[in-house]
Amino acid sequence: MIALLKRDLALAVRAGGGFGLGLAFFLIVVVLVPFGVGPEAAVLSRIAPGILWVAALLAALLSLDRIFALDFEDGSLPLLATSPLPLEGVALIKGAAHWITTGLPLTLAAPALGFLLNMAPGAYLWLLLSLALGTPALSMIGTFGAALTVGLRRGGLLMSLLVLPLYVPTLIFGAEAVQRGAAGLPATTPLLMVAGITLGCYALLPFAAAAALRVNLR
Amino acid sequence: MGLIVSDVTVARSGAPLLAGLSFTVAEGTALVLRGPNGIGKTTLLRTLAGLQPPVAGTVTFPDDSAAYASHADGIKAQLTVVENLRFWAEVHGSTVPDTVYQAFELTDLKDRLAGTLSAGQKRRLGLARLGVIGRKVLFLDEPTVSLDAFSVKGFARWLREEHLARGGLAVIATHIDLGLEAPELELSPFRAAPDAAGGSDEAFL
Amino acid sequence: MSIWEYANPKKFIATSTPLVPWVMGLAVAGLVVGLVWGFFFTPDDYRQGSTVKIIYLHVPAALMAINAWFMMLVASLIWLVRRHHVSALAARAAAPIGVVMTLIALLTGAIWGQPMWGTWWAWDPRLTSFLILFLFYLGYIALWEAIDDPDTAADLTSVLCIVGSVFAVLSRYAVRFWNQGLHQGTSVPVATGGRTVDDVFFVPLVICMVAFGLLFVGLVLIRTTTEIRARRMRALEARMRR
Repeated sequence: MIALLKRDLALAVRAGGGFGLGLAFFLIVVVLVPFGVGPEAAVLSRIAPGILWVAALLAALLSLDRIFALDFEDGSLPLLATSPLPLEGVALIKGAAHWITTGLPLTLAAPALGFLLNMAPGAYLWLLLSLALGTPALSMIGTFGAALTVGLRRGGLLMSLLVLPLYVPTLIFGAEAVQRGAAGLPATTPLLMVAGITLGCYALLPFAAAAALRVNLR
Repeated sequence: MGLIVSDVTVARSGAPLLAGLSFTVAEGTALVLRGPNGIGKTTLLRTLAGLQPPVAGTVTFPDDSAAYASHADGIKAQLTVVENLRFWAEVHGSTVPDTVYQAFELTDLKDRLAGTLSAGQKRRLGLARLGVIGRKVLFLDEPTVSLDAFSVKGFARWLREEHLARGGLAVIATHIDLGLEAPELELSPFRAAPDAAGGSDEAFL
Repeated sequence: MSIWEYANPKKFIATSTPLVPWVMGLAVAGLVVGLVWGFFFTPDDYRQGSTVKIIYLHVPAALMAINAWFMMLVASLIWLVRRHHVSALAARAAAPIGVVMTLIALLTGAIWGQPMWGTWWAWDPRLTSFLILFLFYLGYIALWEAIDDPDTAADLTSVLCIVGSVFAVLSRYAVRFWNQGLHQGTSVPVATGGRTVDDVFFVPLVICMVAFGLLFVGLVLIRTTTEIRARRMRALEARMRR
């Protein structure tokens, strides 16, 4: 399984891997928001936690269809399915690799973008924490969505439709933690909920994703 | 123990394609599947390899010994030849033997990115994967597509001398003569009748 | 004689076809009685006036919107465990009905909310939950439509339905956490056995709920029969091509 993780990371950082696209998208979305709502610092400061979370979520969504589609097209997926690796493990590693190549950079970049939106000083720690705890869930849910739509020719749009409603709880708790942090309220409850969702996703969704992969490989 | 296929029926998109197939392949031998396009060779090989369940019958071979190879090689263009092979070896918990590079004429290409290889060279790399994963039971779907005559001979030699000679076995769907002196199985007589039982459509007919 | 015999497509059609007129007849009769009674023969609420009467559409539709998803969940589990084709097709048949029920609940809620809360839409937990449910229905239906092979589609939508159910429940609690809301408490609390609605409103409401339930059952039976016939056409065409 380590070999698969290493390969996926190597593929992501080499030419054509698309590493960094998500980050650039994150930056652009956040920059666009002030053009839409106006440059007033008080308004931006109020909506900054939500904007950062929604933008991170969309940036993570962007690269989901690559999780299995490339392996499906070049035939790696049936080969992995007949290898000693359990497909559940493959799904788990794919989700983890997606997080390392998108969720982790997004988390690290988010505080910098917080400055652009004039975010309250008290919120930065909570932003880092909630994204660090929440983006792994986004990757794993997305892996499940990618497994469902891997056999479809134009699965990208459909996958967004399937995955976005599943993102709702993570988004609510994640953004709420930052909002509370910004307002100086205790934010541990939503943060614990985000952590719970992430753990639950990594415990259960690999099985669902593997089931979907088996069906799609038939 | 080799490969034992007894009374297998395979289906594609709800309807049976081949029915009542029984054969055995002993260790150290190969079986060549023959039949016109669309008869179900690929479906049969995928079923044997366990990617889809048979509608009826059983397929037995020693646990964790099967490998499948089709037209799609699973080669990553951004990785070098060595990296591609090393990945598949690690996934299967083995290492890449040096002899593989000679057997598949890859010695000079070791550090080239797979994306820069020609179609035939890619195919050789894809086949070389079979040499590093250490699997005994091979299900090969048209392994020689886009190989030149010389490479076909090289592959046949690897199969005979490295794989079969060491107790491996292979089921191969191919249209050309590999020169393996392997028994052939013509699939046409096993074509499922239009009203054959089995398949998910049956409940609705 | 086991209940699973009815999972045979032919047996299902043979059994359900004579039932449909009765179920639909009862549903229509119940709707007429319940709605006429509710709209014209109940007093106006002392606070909400006559706007309260939309409850006879709103509550039963909301109830069936959730129950339809629950039925799809049960049918999906039966398909995954026992591989009965009728079960998968019934789940497929129920989804568009569920989506319409969700829409009715959302629209009547908006019409009711305008005079009561002064707004067509509020990001209230219940309203938001139904909006999310609506999105789940859309995704489920879209997945069915996108996949050609019927067995693959049945398998994948079943997995989606199960995972979606977990996330739908999770979303409901998340939304409640997120915003405490304007919506009044439940009209018919099942768990406590009590009720917050007076008898004069309650009896026609129950009639309407039963009628909506029957309407749902009747529509599912009709649509499942249609799905079975479409699937049979497909199977026959496939056989002819061979």
